[in-house]
Amino acid sequence: MRTVRGLMTESRMKIIGLFAAGVLLLAFPPFLPSYWLTILNQMLIFAVLAMSLDLLMGYTGLASFGHCAFFGASAYAVAILSTRYGSGFVVSALCGVFASVVLGLIFGFLVAHTAGVYFLMITLALGMVIWGLAFRWVSMTGGDNGIAGIPRPDLGLPISFDDPVSFYYFTLIVFLAAFVLLYLFVRSPFGQSLLGIRESESRMRNLGYNTWLHKYLAYAVAGAFSGVSGVLWALYNGFVSPMDVELTSSFEAFLMVILGGAGTLAGPALGAGIIVFLKNFISAYTQRWLLILGAIYVLTILYAPGGLAELVKRITRRPET
Amino acid sequence: MKKRFLLVIALLCIVSTAFVQTPVLAAEKGPIIIGFFAPLTGFAAQTGKDMLSGLELFLKEQNYQVAGRTIKLISEDTEAKPAVAMTKARKLVEKDGAHVLIGGLMASTGYALMPYVDAKKIPAIYAIMASDDLTQRVRAKWMVRTGWTSSQPSHPFGDYAYKELGYRKIATIGYDYAFGWEVIGGFQQTFEDAGGKIIQKLWTPVGNLDYGPYLGQINKDADAVFALFFGAGALNFVKQYQQYGLKDKIPLIGGGTTTDEHVLPSMGDEALGVITALHYSEAIDTPVNKKFSAAFRKFAGKAASYYGEGPYTGGKWIIDAIKNIKGNVEDREKFLAALKSLKMTDAPRGPIVLDDYGNPIQNIYIRKVERVGGELQNTVIKTYPKVSQFWTYNVADYLKQPLYSRDYPPLKP
Repeated sequence: MRTVRGLMTESRMKIIGLFAAGVLLLAFPPFLPSYWLTILNQMLIFAVLAMSLDLLMGYTGLASFGHCAFFGASAYAVAILSTRYGSGFVVSALCGVFASVVLGLIFGFLVAHTAGVYFLMITLALGMVIWGLAFRWVSMTGGDNGIAGIPRPDLGLPISFDDPVSFYYFTLIVFLAAFVLLYLFVRSPFGQSLLGIRESESRMRNLGYNTWLHKYLAYAVAGAFSGVSGVLWALYNGFVSPMDVELTSSFEAFLMVILGGAGTLAGPALGAGIIVFLKNFISAYTQRWLLILGAIYVLTILYAPGGLAELVKRITRRPET
Repeated sequence: MKKRFLLVIALLCIVSTAFVQTPVLAAEKGPIIIGFFAPLTGFAAQTGKDMLSGLELFLKEQNYQVAGRTIKLISEDTEAKPAVAMTKARKLVEKDGAHVLIGGLMASTGYALMPYVDAKKIPAIYAIMASDDLTQRVRAKWMVRTGWTSSQPSHPFGDYAYKELGYRKIATIGYDYAFGWEVIGGFQQTFEDAGGKIIQKLWTPVGNLDYGPYLGQINKDADAVFALFFGAGALNFVKQYQQYGLKDKIPLIGGGTTTDEHVLPSMGDEALGVITALHYSEAIDTPVNKKFSAAFRKFAGKAASYYGEGPYTGGKWIIDAIKNIKGNVEDREKFLAALKSLKMTDAPRGPIVLDDYGNPIQNIYIRKVERVGGELQNTVIKTYPKVSQFWTYNVADYLKQPLYSRDYPPLKP
């Protein structure tokens, strides 16, 4: 009896929490100064990236160190198409996501049969390959100098996305759509079998599941959503450079997932928000901000290995009496 | 549970009030806000700190006062990442209400920032970022460069190497990215125009510290080796060049950063005799520079490199322009015009005016490393006055040729 009630309040808390977050994200921004609005915008973009990585890390049990390859591929696709070929927003955005899906399908062949540390190493290496391309294929990517001057989307609407508020809502819509789609994805039978693979791949294989295909497709889907965030990033900054594809960017996405709590979707989104906030907030006050960020990671691993999502759960759970 | 829930809501409210602050609106008599951005953490932190010291030193000399208004300096860390620099620039402009931006180290930051400063109509002073195209094929109205282009010192130096040093065949080695390509490309262009020949071009990754594999490959027919490095790479290269026995056989020359004062004090006898070109040397023998160098050493506790002089002069550029418009920085168009039309005669590096493309026309110094009073210095052995970024070329023709890159100018057969 008690457990049932406990479960009910827990899910109610979850709904209330999500609802409150939704209201905050929807209602607050027009009143924020433009700087904080752009930070919030950045949080949403990285939240999409972190959620897409969570699909691999949390739900499939595959820790990827090269997730920014997709992010970068689509950002570069948007940059090249919109600055060099003058293609419109819809074409370049679709091509951006398409590029990351294709990349996911190609890389998937190389990584889907591996697991654990081997998966980690191969994704790391593939991430470096994409970075190398961005850095060295100068005629295409501008090399170290990057590509500047990517225009904000023009949807033919009477609103201009050069305005931070309208671009924020544009990002918010994409974020919410990504959240809902990913939520449905992990709740689907396919998503449930990914969970099964996470728990025990050999058992799933014995049950007759094609685990390779599951991992392959999960990798491609995660790539696609990472690509969505890459498109947003390119449009938001108006600029891409090899730094966006660097190893450290992939690590950062990794840490967002760990901090927020792998396997919860909302957790990594929150983690992304917190890391973006801390990076921009602490660094204004001290040059030792990396130290503080490092301490936060260590504390998370030590005291909340399930991430913030678990911590929140622990706090809000009705004490068992 | 209810209590906890309320607590969470309360916390949320408190946190959100922290955000909802009114943006700083520049009042008529408020302070003039200078926004500085440079890498203050990460691999380029030392150069970033030199830059900040240079700017702080100049503002301190002015007592943070100009035209009856106080100056407020706000500095931000870019981690040498263009995306972070963008975020910080937004913060400086939109949250702190900066009237003018100054800083930046990496060329990529320079390119990333241009559309933003043009959209916001905020003057941005590029004191260090040297990528050629920033004032050539890609330009921004609101960007004012008080630094240099990477190939600017290389152009006269190529000529000098052929005519005065008498070299005919030169091998080059340098960092494999835009800055390296431009410094070496500029040198190759004028050296070959004069009649010389680049017989070999070696490229090394940025961050590489072991040059053994490269030194073994250097063509022994070369009359000289032109090297372009900075930071730890410069220290190691020059040292290993001697250890491999090349120093006594083939003279070493190079881009200015290879022996810039940010690394020179850490070098030993291996650096003696190396000839490089740059728009600054701490050893320039003018009263203005001597005063600056002494003040910088006292303030920052180390030798004045070009990374220190750049933002010092950049800060002076801003302040002189503000004096010319009597402190009315709120009239941004007028402020920009004042920045662009300024002529400076008393910068530590020498006289500076801007060309039509917004890049300084300034002295280029050919410097030779010597030991004077127990300390290594870049003794000026020749001064090329009033060097433009286009050297002696016709501007239109010059802009038609591609930007210097890994493959341009190509190695001639």
